[in-house]
Amino acid sequence: MVSYGRVRDPAKPLKYLLLGLWSLLVLFPLWTMVINSFKFKNDIYLDPFGLPKSLNLAGYLTVFRNSPFPRYFLNSLLVTVVSLAFILFFGSLAAYGCVRWKSRYSRWIYLFFVAGLTVPIKIGSVNLLQIMIKLHLLDTTWSVIPVYVAMGLPIAVFTLYEFIKGIPVELTEAALMDGAGPYKIYWSIIVRLVRPALATVAIFNLVPIWNDLWFPLIFIRKDDQRTLILGVTRLFGEYQTDWSKILAVLSLSCVPVILLYLTMAKQFIAGLTAGAVKG
Amino acid sequence: MNSSIKVRKESWALWLLFALPALIVYTAFMAFPVVNSMRLSFFTGSGYSLDNFVGFNNYVRLFTDPEVSARFFTAFKNNWIFFGIHMLVQNSLGLLFALILSGRGFRGKGIFRTIIFIPVTLSVLVTGYIWKLILNPQWGALNIVLTKIGLGSLAIPWLGDTRTALVAVALVSSWQWVGLPTMMFLAGLERIPEELFEAAQIDGAGGWLTFARVKLPLLLPVVGIVSVLTFVGNFNAFDVVFAMEGANGPPSYATDLMGTFFYRTGIAGQHPIGIPDMGLGAAVATVTFIVLFAGILLANRLTGRGAEDGGAREGA
Repeated sequence: MVSYGRVRDPAKPLKYLLLGLWSLLVLFPLWTMVINSFKFKNDIYLDPFGLPKSLNLAGYLTVFRNSPFPRYFLNSLLVTVVSLAFILFFGSLAAYGCVRWKSRYSRWIYLFFVAGLTVPIKIGSVNLLQIMIKLHLLDTTWSVIPVYVAMGLPIAVFTLYEFIKGIPVELTEAALMDGAGPYKIYWSIIVRLVRPALATVAIFNLVPIWNDLWFPLIFIRKDDQRTLILGVTRLFGEYQTDWSKILAVLSLSCVPVILLYLTMAKQFIAGLTAGAVKG
Repeated sequence: MNSSIKVRKESWALWLLFALPALIVYTAFMAFPVVNSMRLSFFTGSGYSLDNFVGFNNYVRLFTDPEVSARFFTAFKNNWIFFGIHMLVQNSLGLLFALILSGRGFRGKGIFRTIIFIPVTLSVLVTGYIWKLILNPQWGALNIVLTKIGLGSLAIPWLGDTRTALVAVALVSSWQWVGLPTMMFLAGLERIPEELFEAAQIDGAGGWLTFARVKLPLLLPVVGIVSVLTFVGNFNAFDVVFAMEGANGPPSYATDLMGTFFYRTGIAGQHPIGIPDMGLGAAVATVTFIVLFAGILLANRLTGRGAEDGGAREGA
């Protein structure tokens, strides 16, 4: 043990060099984007990598005052919050039901959910498009919500099932003795105890939903119904040379996510890595 | 005693009721559409309704119609190259980063881990646009830097040349996702018991030998999962090409992938006409699904029960 700690690692500088260079490669594009969003056009061309010599807020002001982007942002917020709420609520109900209902049917239902972990929902896009037309949801922000909920349920049921199964039976039995019904037990015991797991499931789904392009792209054409990411696709057509505006929008669309990530990096890394495994 | 009797009295209908909301949404908006889309690959029709059964006609067209099949095989081939670059660059780098980060006494693990993972949290569309700006041949940051350090000959239109476009897009995608394999390999490495390294060291094994004989064999299940994830992700990729090049996979279909090909045939319509052929699109989706399924089965066969007992779920 002691000798292990003393072993000198001749490759150490090389390791730091490699990780340092990669960090630069990650941060440099984001840095360039953010600083240039505050520059005047000429300064962008003359000195693309330095700090702004004079502050140009015009890009941000047009985005906030005179563009559909605040609306897109609210649409995305609505979609994400509502979808997550349903994923957590329906997912925990189903997981609880599957845990408590001891029969092979509940096993089948559980496996049916878990099968969804391996199937990319995009495969069903053709039929989903037809369904949205039939439900008169096409071209509305609402259209993507049921799809996101369906997409998020397998990982929610999978994660919460394991978690609820781990809750000692004595806890719920004590409540039963006190005369609590199954709904009361779900609300006052199960939901409270699985809170950490609910947070993990929320993070699994938060980033993919917020960042999704595919479903808004195929469902929504109407301008005021777009989500933020779908709205960003308009940037290059319409503001071809308005760099400060393009860069302001790009910065605004990823800075909130980066800030959220930096405050909870550990949970994000754990959640997204586990979420990716659902593949 | 009393309580267990009470539990048994609660009927199955109650528990089914608990599962019902999730079951309905999941079935209606995921399970059913996926299966039904496969059924629709045997139909044709006008616009958004498909009511004309044509048997395997869509598949025959996909594989033999000169125009359609040329696009299909190009996209299919490109997708394999795209996948190959991810395996080579993204996953090798991920393994390398994980090996460095898991080293005993390596300082700054937390900060490097956080930085490497940042792009995973960002929208592919946004990072695609950022890189498109950086790679712009006239005033993009990359070519400015290359010219400044005396590599002006490398300052070429990376995204506009059929020889480099696919590689450039794949490298940007690798840049974005490398955090995932890094974290999975890291989790795998941290699960290896300390004693094994000590034993290897006592036996006189150096860094390389420890890697080849101890770490790599124990990481094999993780290699399996990472490969499967990369494969599934790559054959579903769409956003990165859409952002950097466009839905037509330019220049001259050099960056066309299964995802963009599916989007054009089934959803948006092929370039000059703009009317989707949804039956054909459904066939493309079904073929993609079969390729994915076959790939997953093969990977599981190769790496044992990799996908099941691997540990990336640890975070869950």
